[in-house]
Amino acid sequence: MSNQQITGASALVKALELSGVDVMFGIPGGAILPAYDPIFDSPIRHILVRHEQGAGHAATGYAQATGKVGVCIATSGPGATNLVTPLADAQMDSVPIVAITGQVSSGAIGTDAFQEADIRGITMPVTKHSFLVTDPADIAGAVAQAFHIASTGRPGAVLVDIAKDALQKMTDFNYPKDIKLAGYHPVMVPDEGAVRDAARLIAESKSPVLYVGGGVIRSEAHKELMKLAELTGAPVVTTLMARGGFPDSHPQHLGMPGMHGTVAAVTALQKSDLLITLGARFDDRVTGKLSTFAPSAKVIHADIDPAEIGKNRRADVALVGDLKITIDALIPAVKHEFKKSQPDLTEWWTLVNSYRSKFPLGYDHPADGSLSPQYVIERLGKIAGPDAIYVAGVGQHQMWASQFVNYENPRTWLNSGGLGTMGYAVPAAMGAKVGAPDKTVWAIDGDGCFQMTNQELVTCALNNIPIKVAIINNESLGMVRQWQTLFYNERYSNTELHSKRIPDFTKLADAMGCVGLRCDSKDDVDKTIAQAMEINDQPVVVDFSVFRDAMVWPMVAAGASNDDIVVARSMAPIWDSQEL
Amino acid sequence: MTTRQKHTLSVLVENSPGVLARVSSLFSRRAYNIDSLAVGPTENPDYSRMTIVIDVEGHALEQVVQQLDKLVNVISITELDPIVSVQRELLLVKVATTATTRSQVLETVQLFRAKVVDVAQDAVTIEATGNAEKIQALLSVLEPYGIKELVQSGLVAISRGLKTGSNQ
Repeated sequence: MSNQQITGASALVKALELSGVDVMFGIPGGAILPAYDPIFDSPIRHILVRHEQGAGHAATGYAQATGKVGVCIATSGPGATNLVTPLADAQMDSVPIVAITGQVSSGAIGTDAFQEADIRGITMPVTKHSFLVTDPADIAGAVAQAFHIASTGRPGAVLVDIAKDALQKMTDFNYPKDIKLAGYHPVMVPDEGAVRDAARLIAESKSPVLYVGGGVIRSEAHKELMKLAELTGAPVVTTLMARGGFPDSHPQHLGMPGMHGTVAAVTALQKSDLLITLGARFDDRVTGKLSTFAPSAKVIHADIDPAEIGKNRRADVALVGDLKITIDALIPAVKHEFKKSQPDLTEWWTLVNSYRSKFPLGYDHPADGSLSPQYVIERLGKIAGPDAIYVAGVGQHQMWASQFVNYENPRTWLNSGGLGTMGYAVPAAMGAKVGAPDKTVWAIDGDGCFQMTNQELVTCALNNIPIKVAIINNESLGMVRQWQTLFYNERYSNTELHSKRIPDFTKLADAMGCVGLRCDSKDDVDKTIAQAMEINDQPVVVDFSVFRDAMVWPMVAAGASNDDIVVARSMAPIWDSQEL
Repeated sequence: MTTRQKHTLSVLVENSPGVLARVSSLFSRRAYNIDSLAVGPTENPDYSRMTIVIDVEGHALEQVVQQLDKLVNVISITELDPIVSVQRELLLVKVATTATTRSQVLETVQLFRAKVVDVAQDAVTIEATGNAEKIQALLSVLEPYGIKELVQSGLVAISRGLKTGSNQ
């Protein structure tokens, strides 16, 4: 086969097959058209989406659910620019995806040709790396490198832009066996001395917290994390990206920290003398104003990306390496230190538990008898259970889905954390269902988010991808409205969507080949969810018509006195509305 | 806390299209201030070298280096200490002269071991190389005569001794 020449397009498809691709999401167009001919014969399943943004988020959902690299494919110009949002989204959340785009023929590049856009240039700041290929002989190598870069080190988004004439011309096929990149050597194993230093700090700490981020999911380090947590006996908090990386049912788990975190998680971080930071990045939504965050804590910072160490918060001990390998190394080092002396955390737990019992997560049922959005999400989590995959959009419903569903397993909670991409849920749920067809996949979406990308329900209906969508319909851009309530004197500028009137989501679902259900009373919630759970041959959309003034509030525990709420607030880092 | 100061980074990069755009886009995106940037070939045709001078405090410098190092096309980064490296800028400057001032200007050129590369009736063009301090000193002496035009390269630098930037 080595001396048999093939087209660049065939080289692309063969390279994708050799890179382990079994599915890709995309839309053909002029510049990428040569590639679609060999795709027609390839064992790779190509799912024809309705918008390239859907292809990108589907690739992301697939990657988040499976741990494999997600792939999307689009044509030049608008096809490619429609991928910018999902590329930025995946990059921010360290999700391995590869985007293949067609480019105008090499001779036309730079002439403002029809459907020309410098997509490599446009995506440089929002990808881990990007390629522009104009020689057919380079296609296979670029694809192999793209998969290597996307999936190793800190995972991320990689773009391969291929000129149309490179797809059409003949070439020898050379898929590299080993990939050597002079400037790319992710560090996997942490420095031994640093591991010992970290263990020593852990053994000295009276009030440690395991501050766990999305890295635990990306490096499949959940089992190691469990061992370390039980060895140290320290409280565990899981960030929005880490939900499911440590079971919610575990007694050491305090829940999510940050702006909408539990009071116990926020307070534990604030009062801690040692943050054992594992694959987290001190995001502003966790820390608030940095100078007020965990003021008396030393910091152990484990991350595969050395640029995260010290970016926002100075680290006392830096552990650069793969998180699974790092925790594996940390465990015996900590055991060794504990033989000499193991700190007594009884007092620390007494304090932490007092916050946990005083300020549990909670919500009130609306006085007007309308449906509580938190109740809907909580029941959904109970009925679909910890084996289902939950995919949220962005906003209030996302925070409630993180707070009121109990996550027990990694890769069961998918959301757009870093970029905060409204419209993520439906296409990402589609990708997750394709990657995990035997799992129940629930998109928990807002009525605002849903109206951004629901066209992919057509793709789901036509391709036997029976996802379930719960629209938490408060007929407004709820989180923005919440901020207007809190910071703009209840002046609701442009946040009313009227989506209990238009569109009719059940009819819309029906028109797109899905089953549409509606629920607007507490008594019908379980019944409606059960009904949706029984439909597995079609996508289901449930329009939950909910109370519009419900707030995401970490401390609305029924029965907590105002004094207690003030106390809890004074514990939190500063959330300055000017800065956020 | 360290104070802001100038740092010279010698950055070995792959000689491939788009690398300069990646580096400059990174600096712009993360709001790092570049004082000067010079790019040129190296002894190895596969690589180019960028000499970047930035004005940051010590902690931020570490971030700049780590973020640069994340670029796949960046092979290595070395900070060059001015004491153990040779640092040069190239200056071309057009100075107004009259019959009476020309000899004074030429004297200055000699004192600074600069070169006159073009002479016209009412101006001389001077070429000078040196570190930033020398260039600055020359310019301040020439200023009173009237600087008509000034072109300056970014700084380039190389470490002293046998140690090289590409074999570390």
